[in-house]
Amino acid sequence: MTIIKSMQGVIAGCCALLYASLTTAAIVPAENYGYPITDRFAATVVGTPPEYAAKLPKDIPFKGRSITIFPERVTPDVFFYGAELLYSVALQDHKAPLIFLIAGTGASHNGSKNVNMAKAFYQAGFHVVSISSPTYNNFVIAASKTGVVGHAERDAEDIYRVFDMIWAELKDDIEVSAFNVTGYSLGAFNAAYVSKLDETRKTFNFEHVLLINPPVSLYNSISLLDRMTQNIPGGVNNFDRFVDRLIHAYTTTYKKTTNAGGEDFLYEAYQAMHLEDEELAALIGTSFRISSASLVFTSDVMTDFGYVKPKGLTLNRYSDLTLYNDVSVRLGFTDYYHEFFYPFYRADYPGVTRDDFIAAISLEGIADYLRNTPKITVMHNADDIILEPGEINFFTEVFGDRATIYPYGGHCGNMNYTDNVTHMVSTFTQGGDR
Amino acid sequence: MMTQLLLRFSTLLLAASLGACSSTPQPRYEDYPEPVFAAKRLLPPDHADLTAVYDPREPMNKRIYNFNYHFDHAVFLPIVRGYETVVPEVGRTGVSNFFNNFEDLVTMFNSVLQLQPEKFLHSTGRVLVNSTVGLFGFVDVATKMDIPRPIEDFGQTLGHWGVGQGPYLVIPFLGPSNLRDGIGELPDYYLNSTAQSEALSQSATVAATVLYPIDARASLPFRYYENGSAFEYQMVRWLYSTKRELDVDQ
Repeated sequence: MTIIKSMQGVIAGCCALLYASLTTAAIVPAENYGYPITDRFAATVVGTPPEYAAKLPKDIPFKGRSITIFPERVTPDVFFYGAELLYSVALQDHKAPLIFLIAGTGASHNGSKNVNMAKAFYQAGFHVVSISSPTYNNFVIAASKTGVVGHAERDAEDIYRVFDMIWAELKDDIEVSAFNVTGYSLGAFNAAYVSKLDETRKTFNFEHVLLINPPVSLYNSISLLDRMTQNIPGGVNNFDRFVDRLIHAYTTTYKKTTNAGGEDFLYEAYQAMHLEDEELAALIGTSFRISSASLVFTSDVMTDFGYVKPKGLTLNRYSDLTLYNDVSVRLGFTDYYHEFFYPFYRADYPGVTRDDFIAAISLEGIADYLRNTPKITVMHNADDIILEPGEINFFTEVFGDRATIYPYGGHCGNMNYTDNVTHMVSTFTQGGDR
Repeated sequence: MMTQLLLRFSTLLLAASLGACSSTPQPRYEDYPEPVFAAKRLLPPDHADLTAVYDPREPMNKRIYNFNYHFDHAVFLPIVRGYETVVPEVGRTGVSNFFNNFEDLVTMFNSVLQLQPEKFLHSTGRVLVNSTVGLFGFVDVATKMDIPRPIEDFGQTLGHWGVGQGPYLVIPFLGPSNLRDGIGELPDYYLNSTAQSEALSQSATVAATVLYPIDARASLPFRYYENGSAFEYQMVRWLYSTKRELDVDQ
């Protein structure tokens, strides 16, 4: 049985390879690509070392703003600080194209990846509007209609509403020649569905859409990330010992440096720490787990579903949340999908099974739209850690020559690399010709 | 005078905020139906709180944390934004350098107390170079000369000689601290302000007293409730304590 299965695997792999070689996707050969970190886990954690990063302006007029999305909503007191949606803008003083940026899982409008993209696009002459991921605590509180995120179409509707309302506030102040949208990771997944929604809503008629390192099946990707916490020696109950060890390793570097927190520090720390791939994976899994813990707790409070917080219990700004934190970090995103997400939405989709419902949260569901829409392009990495083996072929098959696959970079690790930034910007300035 | 006023103001506000909220008891987890993932089923019996920090004054600390957030939003950050609008970046960097120079003096003093000759040499070198060639500290020549910048405060000195952090404390206006570091602020503050009033004319001392907190806040990227965590109080508490532990070991 096992032999047959592995044979099937080999055959499928060969077919995929053959197929990939027949399509015209731009697969960047390794020898033409200078991004320095070839380990997929290290790339994901460390990103781009400063000397390889694109030269971007130090300061741009990137300003934080806030907007009320649901005026009627009564925000639970424990989240009193989150009633308004926070976002950022960097605006030109002349007529220019506008680009919306959507952050990745658990990341904010002013997180480092969005800030770097904002700098690149502002420098290239765009108005920039940057929003947090729908999985970000503040977005769930202020802008998610149901409070339960991770649903492809509903998240897109939430994002579209936010774009609409932000645009309504901006349109008297700026002149816009065209609208564009991009996002990385989950934000890229969101951008694809937002683009699809725009075909019927038509507020923006996006000119170009760029997807950076999107998942294919959201459920597959979060399962992969969930499993990475199993790399913690002894499991999540040994989390504190694992963190202690990491901190110890980190301290060794910290002791020697007088510039902790400086630009080079992360890379120096990584070089000094000699982490194994398993440990790097555990670190990625842990960071993902911390985001997901925050998200499920936020959704639970917003809906009073009774997932980790007892139904009916009202928390306020002074409540001790330690217990909820401890419980939530022990739960994966997959638990959330099975025990919260699906039961929450089940009634709205009669006759759809749990597996079908979860399987639908995938780009495969809109593959035809993606295949036939020239304005959408994708940039991805062959070694991205959030893709199952073979999933990368989805992009070469569906997007054809609108897909560019870099040999390295892990998950979004090369986003700040010179070539990638040039590619990103030229997608919008020259329609993708590099 | 200024400090006294601030202290009185904070005591008043504190009393007001405590009085207003202390009467509402928190609902008990056990009194409600079990959620899907109940704590007693999910947490192993001997589980250690992952981000535990000794915080016996948590209810009061949370109220002060909350007060600090409101103060930050209503007073502190608007002043910082005004400052950033009025003073160009070159000027702000100069101001930061100027205060850092006094901080280097504090490091010098604490390096002696910790018997750390290398740190003493570096901080002394910095103060000498920056106070002279660096035009009273406004230009950070020492960094351009690659003189390392160690930072040692009195809290670290106490830690160096084996004093533990003690209970976690949130200090009005200043933010996260603990008993040891909170006490450590006092000699550092005394040294810093004495040096400033010795070095500066009376009106310049007043200007420095006003600018110091503004510069300190402007240099700190932290924004309350903008890190995406639903568990910010615990997270900040853990990060602060861990960082201070590392600072002492350094």
